[in-house]
Amino acid sequence: MRKVILAAAAMGLLTSTAWAGDVRIMWYSDGVEGQVFHDLIDRFMKANPDVHVTIDDVAYGTVKDQLPVQLAGGNGPDIARVTALKALSQYWLDMTPYLKDADFWVKNYGDQADWMRPDGSKAITGFMTQITLTGGFANKTLFDQAGVPLPDAKATWSDWVAAAKKVADNQKVPYAIALDRSGHRLTGPALSYGGNYMDADGKPMPIDAATKAFISDFVKWNNDGAASKDVYVSAAGTTYRAASEDFINGQLVYYYSGSWQIPNFATKIGNAFDWVATGSPCGPATCTGMPGGAGLVAVKATKNPEDVAKVMDYLASTPVAKEFAERTLFLPANKEVIAGGLDFKSDDPQVKAALKAFVAASTTTSPVALKLPGWKWSDTYYGALVTRVSQAVAGELSLDDAFKRIDSDVAAKVAEAK
Amino acid sequence: MSNRHQGKDALPAGWLGGLMMVPVKAAMQVIDMPLRAWQRLTGLTGMASFFLLPNMAVFGIFVLVPFVINFVYSMTGGSEIFLDQRFYVGAAQYRDLLDCRSYVDPSTCVEDGFWIATRNTALFVVVQVALMILTALITALVLNREIAGRSFWRAVFFFPVLLSPVVVGLIWRWILQRQGLLNLVLYDLFGFEPYSWLTDRNAAFVAAVGVTIWARVGFFALILLAGLQAIPKDLYEAAEMDGTRRTRVFFRITLPLLMPNLIVVLVLGLIRSVQVFDEAYVLTGGGPGTSTMYLTQYIYEKGFASDLRDPGLAAAASILMGAVLVVLTLAQMAASRRKEKQGER
Amino acid sequence: MGHVLAFLTRRRGGDRWHWTDIVTWVWLIGGLLVMFGPAVWLVLSSFKTPAALADFPPTLLPYVTEEVSVAGYDRPLPLYEVKQADGKTVILAEVRRIGIIAQMVDPKVPGAIVKVNIADRKPVEKVSFATSNYTEPFVHFDFLRFLWNSVFVTVMATAVTLLINSMAAFALAKYKFRGQSLILIVIVGTLMVPLGVIMVPLYSMISALGLFNSLWGVIWPTVATPTGVFLLRQYMLTIPDELIDAARMDKASEWQIYWRIVLPLAAPALAVLAIFSVVWRWNDFLWPLIVLNQSQLYTLQVGLNVYAGQLNVQWHYILAMTVVTMIPVVLVFVFLQRFITRGIATSGLK
Repeated sequence: MRKVILAAAAMGLLTSTAWAGDVRIMWYSDGVEGQVFHDLIDRFMKANPDVHVTIDDVAYGTVKDQLPVQLAGGNGPDIARVTALKALSQYWLDMTPYLKDADFWVKNYGDQADWMRPDGSKAITGFMTQITLTGGFANKTLFDQAGVPLPDAKATWSDWVAAAKKVADNQKVPYAIALDRSGHRLTGPALSYGGNYMDADGKPMPIDAATKAFISDFVKWNNDGAASKDVYVSAAGTTYRAASEDFINGQLVYYYSGSWQIPNFATKIGNAFDWVATGSPCGPATCTGMPGGAGLVAVKATKNPEDVAKVMDYLASTPVAKEFAERTLFLPANKEVIAGGLDFKSDDPQVKAALKAFVAASTTTSPVALKLPGWKWSDTYYGALVTRVSQAVAGELSLDDAFKRIDSDVAAKVAEAK
Repeated sequence: MSNRHQGKDALPAGWLGGLMMVPVKAAMQVIDMPLRAWQRLTGLTGMASFFLLPNMAVFGIFVLVPFVINFVYSMTGGSEIFLDQRFYVGAAQYRDLLDCRSYVDPSTCVEDGFWIATRNTALFVVVQVALMILTALITALVLNREIAGRSFWRAVFFFPVLLSPVVVGLIWRWILQRQGLLNLVLYDLFGFEPYSWLTDRNAAFVAAVGVTIWARVGFFALILLAGLQAIPKDLYEAAEMDGTRRTRVFFRITLPLLMPNLIVVLVLGLIRSVQVFDEAYVLTGGGPGTSTMYLTQYIYEKGFASDLRDPGLAAAASILMGAVLVVLTLAQMAASRRKEKQGER
Repeated sequence: MGHVLAFLTRRRGGDRWHWTDIVTWVWLIGGLLVMFGPAVWLVLSSFKTPAALADFPPTLLPYVTEEVSVAGYDRPLPLYEVKQADGKTVILAEVRRIGIIAQMVDPKVPGAIVKVNIADRKPVEKVSFATSNYTEPFVHFDFLRFLWNSVFVTVMATAVTLLINSMAAFALAKYKFRGQSLILIVIVGTLMVPLGVIMVPLYSMISALGLFNSLWGVIWPTVATPTGVFLLRQYMLTIPDELIDAARMDKASEWQIYWRIVLPLAAPALAVLAIFSVVWRWNDFLWPLIVLNQSQLYTLQVGLNVYAGQLNVQWHYILAMTVVTMIPVVLVFVFLQRFITRGIATSGLK
């Protein structure tokens, strides 16, 4: 009995010792990408027996809330899949001296390099595992049944809301439109209305008239029943909530989310109805979505930078990146992969059409939208937006108070960071 | 308390327990020798400190020291989590927290979230504890009757106590959401249109109260049941012979004799209620709006959630909360001790 | 039968139904539905496919659309009940759907395509349990490792809790020394303060002690429970001092008194604390989530959380794994039910 206990105690203590050749990767999954990633890493380890890679599958919440704390305490993994790339950029490793071919990285992943390094740096810290773009999805079957034509590519937000409302009323569907509960999702339309968050010095500025105009419209849509109020009031703070379930059920006519929903829809909607990706509706200024995605980055505190670079070289290489994109139905970042064309592994024609629609929509992305992912105050602004807009939707705050609170929340964070 | 519970109940698998105890017993013998020496050296006081030491050491390192560090945190600013990266701000965090134009209206406060959470918590505690005691009392009274299959019914009410708060929140979210069981039942029975219960302010509050009661009522009902069973039967028989009405018997005999157990239930219920977090957080995420955001969630999110991180503010908020709670606990203890003394007299 | 009925409807005293009898049975039957219903619903839901989970209106049992293989088609085709213009319903297999028109085929006459408006068809469903929700996580996940970690944390934490809490309780109950009431006040004072509010300093503490990413980092902060000390002390107060004095006369050492006399007499209270400690530690979620970030150290509760992604939550796995983590607790309950309830009742919670 005591031996068992001793052995158990010893096992409990044998924990965070890092051996040469050990590489730990912190990875979160939205769908099948975790399994694909495990496959790819297994293959890597067969070819490189000297490097031992451990994948720590975690919840997204862990990456979001706990990874920053671990990094600050020097407890982090060697490689992590992260979305707050810019905010944590001080912790990323410049892999340039360790990479086999740094030029390959600059050429193929250079466009997003600024998203994951401190301002002004020329470091190579990682690459985007997938590029996402926000955009809308319409339930085409509902439109057909209602006899309402789908608005075209130039249609504005109010066109879409009006058309979706008509369909919803005709088909007795509870919701016309819905946006995910996220500051990032609110930003696409806000920019289409002509909004901007940063001033000339790259500092956050008070919420501008165009953003206010969109938020006012959005709150109005929620109040008059056009938009699904449930999504925004279903949590407090910055908690993310998706409206995808309602869309999958055919309870929602028009859903503004993003390209990452495609594999999800493919498995859950199947043949139940026709759905199409529509790109982003237009505002008075432009018709932009918000780019984004998750990046895989190397951590500065690693004890084995050579091995880390070896793993990263492998994962970023064109054939591996291509296979990853094709099997996960993600939009790749690697330019060679894009140029070579992709054969997405899906027999659902709607999936391919939707992916194509997103690629087409990416051409109308506005310059401001392209700058935001590499801006260090983005998450602060998104957080303030979603927290306060939700309270406005729930009727706890008037619009004017919500705007004031957004400004003061952002200002407080800026003051804190001095 | 007598020894009668030690028999077959105390060790359900007696022989197995006995077998495992053999090495433990040997170990105890070995420990005894140096301890005797220590006892000779220091006397009973030394032994008292020996018995206290392990617990108080762990308690000190993992509870008291963090409390002290927490106090240091509350005087620092910045969003970094480690103290050496933070800077001193004095009482600024407390000033921010307490900066309100009117304490009745959270929206006039600089830190409106803190005051909303405080108000929500206070309301939740009052309503939840009251309803909880009521349901636990009814359940205990029902279980105390001569009903068939009593231990089965006891089990029915008790089993949620064993579930993790996260699971409790998850189960009920799965029931109350739009595609949930409740809407299915209402739709099938009455043809109600589906409704998003968790996104309605009042329904979400009722849900948070109801779900926490669901998860805990069995535990408190058992404590009350123990009290009911300890009331001497002859008191009731005497009352019945006098032809006293049952409601009168309840208020004159049952309730006063149950008082000690009711106080235990009140104290433990308050403790759990004030700490409400996991169930409610999984259930509603604090929504709709901020109507079910409670203090522990506010402090946790300020301390750990990345978009809002402000550990200094979180620490200051937790110190304020802790101070109020400690005062309340001690006041309650003093009150119940006074009552005990009165009872003795 | 009559006996059973008579037994079941036995009433308090007299032979007329008193209103309290009605209340009793309403409360019991209602309680049965409200207490057990949710758990049953969880278990049933855990067997649904992701698509069925999202279904509205939801169904009680997990259904899938029935399929049939038809000559000339590679894949099995889903079956639908179709209402025809003449009001009769027939069962057809769907070949494909274009917009609001479904192209269907009679399985018996595979050649002829029938066009049907999709509003006129209803899927033919059958009950089918998606056991892959359970089997797949076992394949991807180091389930046994998570289980072992959970068991290790639970057993170790409970053993340490019982030992150090009972020692402290003994000292507080049976000795008189200076600072006794101060210690008691501190312990009671911290009863009410949730772990959640000291998480940030506790985290830096764990980090400084090198317990981050160690199972002991999960165990230590939970073992010195004020609740346990308080409960045990209250119980030990009821042990007569005469017993201890008698043992001292027999030259028993203080350690022997603690071990041989006080602990056995406090067994009911220890049992209650043990059971609750097992349940608490088994169910712990937030703190292990913060401390353990390497997959070989995950406990079950942390492991199942992995299915919560950024943009999607894989509910079908989460529900199934939740059911799996509930099994040990249910087993503990089934076997120790009588013991638990008796223990709580008799451990003198005053």
